[in-house]
Amino acid sequence: MELSPTDRRLLAALEDGLPLVSRPYAVLAERVGLAEAVVIERLEALLHAGVIKRLGLVVRHHEIGYRANAMTVWDVPDASVDWVGRALAASPDVTLCYRRPRRLPAWRYNLFAMVHGREREAVLGRIAALRAAHGLDGVPHAVLFSTKRFKQRGARYFAAAEVDG
Amino acid sequence: MTPALLDDLDRRLIESFQRDLPLCPEPYAAMAEALDTTAADVLERLARFEALGVVSRVGAVVAPHRTGWSTLAAMAVPEGRLDTVAALVNACPEVNHNYARQHRLNLWFVVTAASRAGVRAVLDGIEDATGIEVLDLPLERAYGIDLGFKPSWS
Repeated sequence: MELSPTDRRLLAALEDGLPLVSRPYAVLAERVGLAEAVVIERLEALLHAGVIKRLGLVVRHHEIGYRANAMTVWDVPDASVDWVGRALAASPDVTLCYRRPRRLPAWRYNLFAMVHGREREAVLGRIAALRAAHGLDGVPHAVLFSTKRFKQRGARYFAAAEVDG
Repeated sequence: MTPALLDDLDRRLIESFQRDLPLCPEPYAAMAEALDTTAADVLERLARFEALGVVSRVGAVVAPHRTGWSTLAAMAVPEGRLDTVAALVNACPEVNHNYARQHRLNLWFVVTAASRAGVRAVLDGIEDATGIEVLDLPLERAYGIDLGFKPSWS
């Protein structure tokens, strides 16, 4: 789906979130010069097309007590990476699962799965369970716990000028 | 903020509306109805979540590479320079997540821009400013559906 200038303006206006007022889509509509009903219709279309993955509360896991944030990375043979990726993504313990390129020799891992938990030990236990459940014992992997969060906010795809434009 | 400071209705609000925010003129009233409370109560709770940082926003999560380009970048920063380099990375408006992680590659951040060239320019700028190689690891494929975050409160 090719995004229209109107859709881009709408997504740009939405990057800072919906206002907390009784009719938030009407406020958004006013910002981008559309009718409220059109904003709702475009958001439905963008969700349906998969441009918007989800619309709702964007929760910051650290703030609700999930202090142990592990990026697990796996060096899976190319022929089976999609199969393993789908299997890991289906686990309730994995929030996001992505394939990325290797950068040899600096980086050998091609599959990334995020696992969050309250305690490091519990997260390590879940990762061990994932390895056992999906037959990954022979697959080289690493667990990169975060030690400090320097920044976490929503993505900004659009230049500031576009928000007003 | 600890989970204990969230009451039962707070938790149900978080669990129920990470996806599928109602697309109707008064979405917070529709959420209130589903949770058997008032729109004013939902708005008060959401404002508190934002003030506490529990929720970064009520909004859209855009699929990667549909409206622009993004990448995951990694650097091996000498330990003594980590805070300085992290601050330099944070200062880029195109960076939205930036974490120190336990690995030889110890700084991991996400760069998002309107185009692939725009992302590359940010990575080049960070390499030039620090003299440290930046690994560029763009998403090739996403698996599964982003359901948001499913907390277990116990």
